[in-house]
Amino acid sequence: MTTMTDPPKASFRLSMLLYDTRYRSITIQVIAMIALMLGALWLINNVRVNLALAGKPFEFGFLFESSGYEINQKLIEYSSQSTHLRAAAVGLLNTLLVATLGCIAATFLGVFVGVLRLSKNWVVSRLAAVYVETFRNVPLLLWISLSVVAYSHTLPEPREFRGDNPAATMSIFDSVAVTNRGVYAPEALFENSLGKASVLWDSLNIHLDWVAILSVLVSGLIVSSLIARRATNIQNATGVRPSTWHIRMAVVIIPPVIVALILGFHLGYPEMTRFSFKGGMLIRGSLIALWLALTLYTAAFIAEIVRAGIMAISKGQSEAAGALGIRPGKIMSLIVLPQAMRVIVPPLISQYLNLTKNSSLAVIAGYMDITSTLGGVTMNQTGRELESILLLMLCYLAISLSISSVMNFYNERTKLRER
Amino acid sequence: MKKTVFLGALTVAGLVAGAAAASTLDDVKARGKLNCGVSTGLVGFASPDANGRWEGYDVAVCRAVAAAVLGDKDAVEFVPLSSKTRFTALNSGEVDMLARNTTWTLSRDVDLKMEFVGVNYYDGQGFMVPKSLGVTSAKDLDGATICVQVGTTTELNLADYFRANNISYEPVPVENNAESQQQYLSGACDTLTTDRSALAATRAAFEKPDDHVVLPEIVSKEPLGPLVRHGDNAWGDIVRWTLNALISAEEFGITAANADELAKGTGNPEINRILGTEGTLGEMLGLDAGWAKAAIKASGNFGEIFEANVGESTPIGLSRGLNALWTDGGLIYSPPFR
Repeated sequence: MTTMTDPPKASFRLSMLLYDTRYRSITIQVIAMIALMLGALWLINNVRVNLALAGKPFEFGFLFESSGYEINQKLIEYSSQSTHLRAAAVGLLNTLLVATLGCIAATFLGVFVGVLRLSKNWVVSRLAAVYVETFRNVPLLLWISLSVVAYSHTLPEPREFRGDNPAATMSIFDSVAVTNRGVYAPEALFENSLGKASVLWDSLNIHLDWVAILSVLVSGLIVSSLIARRATNIQNATGVRPSTWHIRMAVVIIPPVIVALILGFHLGYPEMTRFSFKGGMLIRGSLIALWLALTLYTAAFIAEIVRAGIMAISKGQSEAAGALGIRPGKIMSLIVLPQAMRVIVPPLISQYLNLTKNSSLAVIAGYMDITSTLGGVTMNQTGRELESILLLMLCYLAISLSISSVMNFYNERTKLRER
Repeated sequence: MKKTVFLGALTVAGLVAGAAAASTLDDVKARGKLNCGVSTGLVGFASPDANGRWEGYDVAVCRAVAAAVLGDKDAVEFVPLSSKTRFTALNSGEVDMLARNTTWTLSRDVDLKMEFVGVNYYDGQGFMVPKSLGVTSAKDLDGATICVQVGTTTELNLADYFRANNISYEPVPVENNAESQQQYLSGACDTLTTDRSALAATRAAFEKPDDHVVLPEIVSKEPLGPLVRHGDNAWGDIVRWTLNALISAEEFGITAANADELAKGTGNPEINRILGTEGTLGEMLGLDAGWAKAAIKASGNFGEIFEANVGESTPIGLSRGLNALWTDGGLIYSPPFR
């Protein structure tokens, strides 16, 4: 017969914090945390004290002073009388523009090259390999520099388009001029324009013409999808799918064309003036050169990701599809790629983030992104280094987190569901 | 508990150490080298020669200060800085002084916490265009594409000038002089704008300088001069009076060649005070008596420096103009050495 007794209840002593293994790890963590926080506090305080000593208080008032400098590429209205904040916004939009264009182009090119690398054709797969290895093993900075120099030195100057017997001529029915300053293309103009509307406390002006055309286009697309759904219902009921493509096309295309005609749509062509072309739309050389370099560089990485993704799909899948008589192109696009996406998407996210962050090298191309406006001219003219850099970091952080949350959402949608 | 107290003490100690800064003069003497911020390469003003030795009008100021403080005109570490990075470099202590064609403005002096110690070149902003364009006035530049260095007063003046004249332009931002030259020559921009002295220097480096003209308009006042950090007045005084010594030396005819001779004593008390044979001016600055003599011997007096680097006998070929001594109708003037 045994008596059960509780183990003696040890009263907590301070020394147990160090000698009792149950508490020791907690003690160490608490001390480490305190040390870390003190370190951070010291750094912050040091910055504050030194800034105060230098007579530069930490404040963001400079953002609301007029900037005094011009920006060449502006997606929203801006002049040298606008504020530094607006200059930063112009730069932010330019960053987003080149990042979006770059991500789209790099994805297409990367998938294309990735598939080519697996080609059974020796020349094609070797060429793809050479492309990948050259581009990803040379720093992006050099590619951007090369692309800028190549752009401004190989294409004709605007003045070569002048004269009776010009050295260079415009392409596509004399409407597009490809020069070393950029591509001058026709712009869309509206005779009976609806004008502009100010939104967001007059900070943005929106062309109502485009709003009208876009809204008609979107409603056309909605009607078209309703027609498609009806066709599916009929098919489910009767087994015969009615032919609807011509109706759907008409619903999407005709209304916007009618609206455009009512608004008096016509093209404004670039015309040669004393220095350069005037009128039309200018896609600047800096944007093209930067876009090209970012695309080619990132596509090399994406190609490898795509190749890895495709190789991760069991060979049995494509063999089974081949046994069913599906053609090789269809096997790739219908069987292999959709499954490979699950492997491809997560590393693809980080490539998109890289491309966006790499776009901060824009300054080499003379492209006015947010690093060049807020982190360049504004910082230099106002001398607010700390504030500008912190804001800049915040902007990139926000962009990167938005991209990764969107891509993670997509990844969640496409990932393998195990039941 | 004890650890926290210890860490707290460490924090306080670190704070005090972080806040206290030694004087720049002591730093320079302890280092045995002057860190001088210069342009990334502008022929005549600051550029390395074939042997990698920095030469130029601004470089001479650095050498004069090094000679005055350390007695050795070669005890200079030249730090090439772009227009964008120069102020941060100076403020963070990476360089002790800037001699980098920098315009003296109120906001830089007051808001950016710089201390301009004087003017060594009175300049103004101009435009250079290829002759073939047939432009004769800056007012004809409506619609032109203009290469401009970022982070400069040039950039702001340009926006002001075009707004005042109600004409438009397309800016092409460039990082440094070499890049703007390359862009301009490739035709990526119609016009190059910067200080007229720099335009002359850039043009002199072209293969065919005669194909390009500098337009007559001067759209701004650009007093260029050396500068130091705000807050260390003693160091500011040294750089200021070194520059003044070079100017006074020209006024009183002290040259690199005759400085030693005149230092034996002359009948002119001001020359004696500059060269340290009379009075205690060097001691007041915290330097030795021969400081100004060393500065003058480094690359000559103000006039000699001008002629050797950017004057009419050089490819840059600038005339003295506003940069002549006040006695010759220019603006260069030094307060008395007394």
